[in-house]
Amino acid sequence: MHTNQPSATITHAPHPPAEHITVNDTGGGSATLLRAVAVTKQFGGLVAVNKIDFTIPRGSIVSLIGPNGAGKTTFFNTITGLYKPTTGKLYFDGSDITGRSPSSITSFGIARTFQNIRLFANMTSLENVLVGQHSRMKAGLFGSVLRLPSVQEEEVKARDKGMALLKLVGLDDQAQEAAKNLPYGDQRRLEIARALGSDPKLLLLDEPTAGMNPNETRELIAFIRELRTSMNLTILLIEHDMKVVMGLSERITVLDHGEKIAEGDPEVVRANPQVIEAYLGKGAGQA
Amino acid sequence: MSTAVPKSGALRKRTAPPNNTSGTPTGKRGTMFSRSLIMSGLLLLFVLIIPLIDLSSLGLYPAPLVSTLGDTGVYVILALGLNIVVGYAGLLDLGYAAFFAIGSYTYALLASPQFGIHLSFWLLIVIASLVAAFFGMLLGAPTLRLRGDYLAIVTLGFGEIVPTFFLNADSITGGTNGVSGVDTPILGIPGTTTGFNFSLGGTNPYPYYYLILAMVLVAIFVISRLRDSRIGRAWMAIREDELAAAAMGIDTVRTKLMAFAMGAAFSGFAGCVYSSKLGFIGPGQFDFNVSVFILCMIILGGVGTIRGVILGAVVLYMLQSYVLTRLPSWIHDFGVSTNIGFLKTTDFSGIRYLIYGVALVAMMIIRPEGLLPGERQKAELHPESLDQARRESNVELYDETVLDRQDPSTRGGQEG
Repeated sequence: MHTNQPSATITHAPHPPAEHITVNDTGGGSATLLRAVAVTKQFGGLVAVNKIDFTIPRGSIVSLIGPNGAGKTTFFNTITGLYKPTTGKLYFDGSDITGRSPSSITSFGIARTFQNIRLFANMTSLENVLVGQHSRMKAGLFGSVLRLPSVQEEEVKARDKGMALLKLVGLDDQAQEAAKNLPYGDQRRLEIARALGSDPKLLLLDEPTAGMNPNETRELIAFIRELRTSMNLTILLIEHDMKVVMGLSERITVLDHGEKIAEGDPEVVRANPQVIEAYLGKGAGQA
Repeated sequence: MSTAVPKSGALRKRTAPPNNTSGTPTGKRGTMFSRSLIMSGLLLLFVLIIPLIDLSSLGLYPAPLVSTLGDTGVYVILALGLNIVVGYAGLLDLGYAAFFAIGSYTYALLASPQFGIHLSFWLLIVIASLVAAFFGMLLGAPTLRLRGDYLAIVTLGFGEIVPTFFLNADSITGGTNGVSGVDTPILGIPGTTTGFNFSLGGTNPYPYYYLILAMVLVAIFVISRLRDSRIGRAWMAIREDELAAAAMGIDTVRTKLMAFAMGAAFSGFAGCVYSSKLGFIGPGQFDFNVSVFILCMIILGGVGTIRGVILGAVVLYMLQSYVLTRLPSWIHDFGVSTNIGFLKTTDFSGIRYLIYGVALVAMMIIRPEGLLPGERQKAELHPESLDQARRESNVELYDETVLDRQDPSTRGGQEG
């Protein structure tokens, strides 16, 4: 059987050597893990994200909030490489990741979940987590066909790690179940397990509690907190549920119409009149 | 990977099929000799001895039957290759015959009097696979940004261009006349005539049958190993959700090209033995019908599963090339022996393809998931087989959360 402390069986794989760039505080080995410098993303005439400066301290839980259409998910997609920033720079752990492909950004150590669950629906839970480990595995065409000893060993390790990750999110008994057959809450947790498969340093969670009932939400908050310490993670959240945001984050950044309107710890942001206005409309701040 | 691995036996216990009741002493190997392995063994034995059974008393004369079975094997390899592209990676390819043509011509041009080049079959089997794989990547590259219908249209174009090229490049390919006198494989010492010549006994189909059978086994071996590997999972992840696959660190460009290349390689592999068995290659043998025929095989058999694809290829090819061509005379003979007048006099050869079409349509109505579908395809087309209670509880859960979302105290008024 697996050990009783599954989290202890998962340690970080070595990340690719950081290519150092001579820019002040790119995050390499420093207190800052991710640094966005004046990131702008334009779709035609629409400026979805406008000159956002943003840093994520190593080991922190940071939230990105804002009304619908504020540009949160666009910013997420820019960090993970699905969109290339129109202008601006992104540095992660000492490397310039601006404009890199999603797959190479994953191998740098950034993993994500999606707002609308995007599991590999017809694959099993275990297979989903195995795909999550893709960037940390090496098996190629010939190695796989010949099933070289190194490939076999890698596969066994990956499966064991996959099972450990499933156990971590409480899905080890659903390992052979197709992802689409899992209940909604389990699917959300499977997405987190899949993201953890790539040994991320930074985990981006896009509305992790969306569609969860209050009980599940409470459990997830505790789980995310525990993850941070047990897996040495830094976490960036997009979240609408204020209980989650206020309960989890050490720092909150508020976006509205693609611009950063406030930043700081939860108490400061909660009291910020501009934030209240963005959420509740003009005049609400004075009420 | 620096994962601290718990006892590796734990996983194997979990995934082992639950039929290890034979009390085999060694746990690891014991579980591997499962029922499906025994079934495969029996099936292999059957295909090994089938050419040796004399069914001529039933009107099934061995030589033409074995010859058709050999050709069936060629189509099994083709279907398995196309299944990599369509079934695993989810890329709808309507021009697969183009790669089959490239493989066949590669062999025919390098092992025939056309240029006086007579390379060994065994060497060319590798070369033709590599050449086809190269063109697979070359033709795959421009389609990488396309999906679904759009990809299908572009691959359809390739499927038309390639035979047209072979038709018009007279000086190389002989145009409509094609390439004839293609060499047969020689099993023996290279450079000598000693050994087992496949042309021995004129049109002897038996050596080809066993050669093709061996090639089918190689294809099954390679493809099943790829399917269960990191690469196979990456293909399936792309099929399921390309964007999520990219976010999981899969290089989608590379992985899709690999699928095109592998799929094409198997058509080159099949093309070699096809052209040597036939002894003649012309551009008319690789038209759109061939691409559709192979696609039909994998869909009819059960897309995405190796056994389903093989069955689909065998059933369709045998139906089209053996059963339907002989059906009119069988009906006639039946009419003679039972003395039913209209069966004796009606010529059924005219409605052969009607019967074929009706059979196909009936198949897709009765079993839309294919003859031997995987669990995944079955579940997709027969949702009632899913755990109904669980689905209902999902709906409830969702409703509850919708209500929860409308509670302004928890929402912070995000509708602004």
